[in-house]
This record gives sequence, C-alpha cells and structure tokens, in this order.
Amino acid sequence: MRVEQIAVFLENKSGRLAEITRILAENDINIRALSVADTADFGILRLIVDKVDRAKEVLRGGGFTVGKTNVVAVEVPDRAGGLASVLKVINGASLNVEYMYAFVNKSGADAVLIFRFDAMDKAIEVLQENGFTLLTGQQICAL
Amino acid sequence: MMRVEEIETLPRSGLESIQLKRLQALVQRVYHTIAPYRAKMDAAGIKPDDIRTLADLRRLPYTSKDDLRDTYPFGMFASPMDEVIRIHASSGTTGKPTVVGYTRADIDLWASVMARCLNMAGVTRGDMVQNAYGYGLFTGGLGGHYGAEALGATVIPASGGNSKRQIIMMRDFGTTALLSTPSYALNLADAMADAGIGPGELKLRVGVHGAEPWSINMREEVERKLGYRALDIYGLSEIIGPGVAMECIKTDRGLHIMEDCFLPEIVDPDTLEPLPYGETGELVFTTLTKEALPLIRYRTKDISRMFLEPCPCGRTLIRMEKIMGRTDDMLIIRGVNVFPSQVEHVLMGIDGVEPHYQIEVTRDGSLDVVTVLVEVSESIFSDEIKVLENLNKKIQAEIKDILGITCKVKLVEPRSIQRSEGKAQRVIDRRTL
Repeated sequence: MRVEQIAVFLENKSGRLAEITRILAENDINIRALSVADTADFGILRLIVDKVDRAKEVLRGGGFTVGKTNVVAVEVPDRAGGLASVLKVINGASLNVEYMYAFVNKSGADAVLIFRFDAMDKAIEVLQENGFTLLTGQQICAL
Repeated sequence: MMRVEEIETLPRSGLESIQLKRLQALVQRVYHTIAPYRAKMDAAGIKPDDIRTLADLRRLPYTSKDDLRDTYPFGMFASPMDEVIRIHASSGTTGKPTVVGYTRADIDLWASVMARCLNMAGVTRGDMVQNAYGYGLFTGGLGGHYGAEALGATVIPASGGNSKRQIIMMRDFGTTALLSTPSYALNLADAMADAGIGPGELKLRVGVHGAEPWSINMREEVERKLGYRALDIYGLSEIIGPGVAMECIKTDRGLHIMEDCFLPEIVDPDTLEPLPYGETGELVFTTLTKEALPLIRYRTKDISRMFLEPCPCGRTLIRMEKIMGRTDDMLIIRGVNVFPSQVEHVLMGIDGVEPHYQIEVTRDGSLDVVTVLVEVSESIFSDEIKVLENLNKKIQAEIKDILGITCKVKLVEPRSIQRSEGKAQRVIDRRTL
C-alpha cells in the first residue's frame, strides 16, 4: 500500500518551479498533490503525478535531479481530529514522521494525508491494524 | 611494439653531458641575440663563458611571464621573423596574451617530443587518435595533431566542442586514443551517458589529458566513466606547448620530463632558491634546443616536485609529480594556502559527489568567505531535507578537517556549473581588495 512519489532538487533561484510545471504540462502529466520543502539555499519539490515514470524521465531530460520514493496515503474524514487520529496511532507505535502534506479531495468528504515515515513497513502495518484506509497511487489519481 | 627512444634511457652522466653542451650553446646564443637577456646577464655579472657545469645554471637570471608581456608581442624572439613559421598565444585572461613563436626546427622539435609523449602512453601508428583539444591559438590542438602525425597514428582533428558528434566519431571511426583536457573528457562521458552509449561500445584504450591541473580522484572518475587508462600530459606554450612531460603507461606516478630538451628545476617560489630533489616548489624550465623563443629559467608558476627513482618502463628521464597547483591559483584564505585541487580531492572522496564544482571567494567586511558549489547528482539526492543538509555539513567538515578552512557549501542543480570545452574555471574570486 505504498504510493510512488517523485522528488526534484530545486536550486533557490527564480523560474525553477515554473520550468518543472511547464515540462510536466507539455508532457500531459497531471499533478495530484505536491509540496515544497525549502531551506535558505535549496528546496525539494515532492510530487504525486498520474504518470510517475514518464514524469521522472522528462524532468531528468530537462536537466533536473529526480528521485523516486515511496510514501503512504491515508484517507481520513475531512473534519476536526482527522489528522490527530492518525498521529496518535503513529506516536503510540513510537514511529516518526519525516515529512507530510495533505490535500482535500474533490467530494469534500475526505482528506488525503501523504506521509513519509522513518519505518515505512511498520507504519503501514500499524495503520492498517487500526482500520485506516490507505490509498494506492491509482486510487489517488482516480479521486 | 613500443620503442623507447635511446635518449630516454641514457645513463644520467651521458644525459647530463648532452644537457651541458646544449645549455652552453643556448646561453651563448641568447646573450648575443636577445637584448633583454644580455641586459639581465650583464646586471647579474655573468658571461656566457661562465657556464662550465650544469650547476652554473643557477647563476643565470630567471625569466617570467612578465618578461614576455613587457616585450609583447615578439621582443623575446631570437630568430628573425622570416624564420618564424608559426605563432601561438595564450588566452590572456589577465592582461595581454603571451605570444610564442616557432621556427621550422621548433615545430619539428615539438612534434617529436609530443610523439615521444604519445609513445609513452602506448600509442602507436596503429592507433586512431581523436584530438579534442581546441585547434587555434591554443597549443593543445596543433601540438597534439603534429605529434600524433609524427608518430604515424591516424589523427581525427575533432577540436573541442560538439560532444554529440565527438561520440559518434569515436564509435564510427573506432577511436582508440582520446586527447583532450580532463574536464572535457568528463563532459564527453556525460554526453555518452545522455546518448545511451556505454564505454563498452567504443574502442577507447587510453586518454591523454592535460592543459589543466587535475587530481588523482578526477583521474579515477575519468577512468571509471570512460573505461580507459587516463594519463597526464604536461606542457605550457612558453616552453613549447604540450609535450614537456608525460606519464608513461607503466606507472601511475610521475611524468617523465623530456629533459634532453627542457632542463627542469624546482625552486622556492618566495626565496627563488633552487630546492633539492624531492622537495615541493615551483617548476622552472630552460629550453635547451628551441630557436625562436629560447627561455632561460622560465618560471612556470606550477607546483610540483621531482624524483629520480627508476621507472618500470626503463626510462632514466627524471620524473615530476602530477601538478599540485599553481602559485597564482593558490588562494590565500584567511592566511591559509589553498589549491583548488585540494578541494577537488576532498569532494571526490565523498561518495556520489560529482567532480563538477566551483569555488567562490567573496569578502564580508574583512573576512574571506569561501563557498564551494557542488552539483547534486541522483546518487546523493534525497527527498528528505536532513539528508542533504547532512551532506552539506559533511563536505564542510571534511574541508575544514583536511584544508583547515571554514567554508560554506552550496548544493546546486546538475549542470548548473558551466562545463568548459577547454580549461575548467574552478575559482571565481569576487574579492575586491
């Protein structure tokens, strides 16, 4: 139950994000979710897209450093306490979140939380045991 | 079968007597034909007849790039212009270019020392030599060209640039030896990877790389990416161009100096005192047989050391260590001497770091600030900030540890550091004093 995410190294200079999104648009690749982590000197763009391998290939071709990692997508009801319920279970199992980001799906009923944990297998096991709904990459793209 | 030239295996005494005869003739000639030399020798109170042994060399005044600039363009030429058949010039990034001239005999000498260098690399008349040094005023292109032709190899005068076409020629013509700057060889390796051509599809066997200092680690990188033996060639246009010294294929340490033609010394760059064998200092050459532009005790600004241990190849020529840096590339950072090659050495010791880097020096108030720009390759990239920040800290710590300077490290996108098709620009000094 892992979702493939691509990560792109961004130097802190103008126009880089525009260049990436231009390349993706030209290749008809749809972004489902994204986050940018930044420091003073550089950033990391994390993307969930409908065509992962194609996206990696075209961005690499455009001269970017691209990596592919696995993340977990958890679907929770879009209401107060949704994220808290997930983190409570994670904390209880002594797991750590490396990073996360979230988006609300179109219907408005649910939110999707994207996580990278320090121990991915263990986290998936614990979340499933506690009855959380984990989404596949295909399911995210179909939302 | 590789043939070693007889002059390269003479006993030291035999070689030294040839050197002395040539030196005496040279000093006579420059004293009587080049006014600036005569003036300098007169000022030092030395006459040509005073040169009785090789040790008397140290009584002669030095020559420097400034002497050539001051007499720009042809003031130091010893031959009339109707005997000069070729001009080359340095890029002249600082001030006037340095202009050098060659008579027909000089061109023949150059071709012969260059051919001897290629012979040391195991190149024979059966080889297909792709010469990717730039053709033009820069001595690399034509120097390599004439040398390979003199050897009887087949030359592809590719010149620098147009990497895609270079690779297609390598594949289609069956190139076995590549002549280029080491940074351009890495550039070609990138272009090969882009084109999906592996070293296994090519017949490349040896690379002869020079015209810029490069570290042992960079050599390993070139050898790994291009799948051949990469050897260092040394030369400078003032002395003749490429062909002054060359690593042979039998050893991985030291370049044999063509000392029957170019008499080497190592001197302390500050006191100008000659240093004993084995000590590190500035390389100085006296051209023993050149006609148009003979140079006496020319200061190269290159840092090296010399040693006489016998080489497995059987040559008795003295060897010089791979150039460790240049006296004028040497950065003085808060009082510490730093060579770009040392920074390169540190970077290449860290797994996954590409040899594409640049050192930027700025001044913040009265403090020198060094920023090392390092390209982020896929092998060191992570989607987690902390992994990249740890890499950054690790590079800083190793530079601090090994070089004793505190620097900033800036991770940059791949290929954002300008690739050179000639000499790589490693240092950008933005200090205004």
